[in-house]
Amino acid sequence: MNAKVIVVTSGKGGVGKTTTTANIGAALAKLGEKVVVIDVDVGLRNLDVVMGLESRVVFDLVDVLEGKCRLSQAVIRDKRVESLYLLPASQTRDKDALDPEVFKGVVRQLIEEEGFTRVLIDSPAGIESGFKTAAAPAEGALVVVNPEVSSVRDADRIIGLLEAQQIREIRLVINRLRPKMVASGNMLSEADVLEILGVKPIGIVPEDDGILVSTNVGEPAVLGKSVAGQAFMDTARRIKGEDVPYPKLEQDRGFMAALRRLFGGA
Amino acid sequence: MFSWMNKRRSKETLKDRLELVLAYDRAQIPPGKVDALRNDLLEVVKRYFPAGNSSVEVEQRGDQVVLSASISLEEGPGGTEGTRREG
Ligand SMILES: Nc1ncnc2c1ncn2[C@@H]1O[C@H](COP(=O)(O)OP(=O)(O)O)[C@@H](O)[C@H]1O
Ligand SMILES: [Mg+2]
Repeated sequence: MNAKVIVVTSGKGGVGKTTTTANIGAALAKLGEKVVVIDVDVGLRNLDVVMGLESRVVFDLVDVLEGKCRLSQAVIRDKRVESLYLLPASQTRDKDALDPEVFKGVVRQLIEEEGFTRVLIDSPAGIESGFKTAAAPAEGALVVVNPEVSSVRDADRIIGLLEAQQIREIRLVINRLRPKMVASGNMLSEADVLEILGVKPIGIVPEDDGILVSTNVGEPAVLGKSVAGQAFMDTARRIKGEDVPYPKLEQDRGFMAALRRLFGGA
Repeated sequence: MFSWMNKRRSKETLKDRLELVLAYDRAQIPPGKVDALRNDLLEVVKRYFPAGNSSVEVEQRGDQVVLSASISLEEGPGGTEGTRREG
């Protein structure tokens, strides 16, 4: 993706926006970019705990927008990954404290003055002001979608709104895919989602207990060895333009699968 | 991939983190400010008693967040516990 400023969004809550922001951010930094991830969910800050940086928050995005501190004072450096930074949301204010135009100015400053090569914006759920502010400075979008009815429907709505905002690079991250259920015909496959939404996926991330464990300890999964962590790492490589094949996610190693393999199946 | 022990440990870590984060949220204190104060305090203590085994920890007491310091007033290495201050 050419977009330096990418909003991570979905419409529906709880589909994995914050998880995706933390992991893609850490992965891009591991791949050598200077990355800042921004939490725009004012009043419901979460990216700080997911990344394990909660104890270091002094100033926040609203303080910056209101000129109460310098931008460099509010940006927290992640000590585990070189050139990964977090700009936290305010926990004590409400979302009216965010002005889209002022926010755009801050993002511009992050790129032009602080030298960031990538800005990832974690959008709040919904399609109202919080989402609109988060999307305002974006040149590209990662739409996170789960392979289930309400998430796909909300993703379609969000894609329409992003297109109306002239955001050109829109890519899907299909999250929480369960290969066994796809294989048994009880879950939409990546091909189904592509067919329905007409947007190409750039990442397919399986349902993985490793995500819960990694958020428990506050360490992005891409810094460990889980399957989902690997999938996020691959996604980051694709964002950087690498042609990374999708690994086979099928996990059915049962009797029938063995039979299929024996008789020349996939 | 993750053993049962691993899962237990990550839950314990999560509980510790959550208790602190909720205390800061409720008291509306920026956690990083407390963290910086804690590091500064330790630095001063180390200046006077470099060999001492001092610690400053963040604790929740009722609906208050307190820094609890255990400052070792030993000149020798690995001294025993000295005074205890709170605030
Ligand atoms: N691939 C995954 N496998 C398992 N759990 C996941 C996965 N992605 C996200 N989750 C879990 O789903 C929940 C919601 O994720 P989150 O990133 O907070 O969503 P959002 O920011 O969209 O509200 C969290 O508990 C998270 O750990
Ligand atoms: Mg979120």
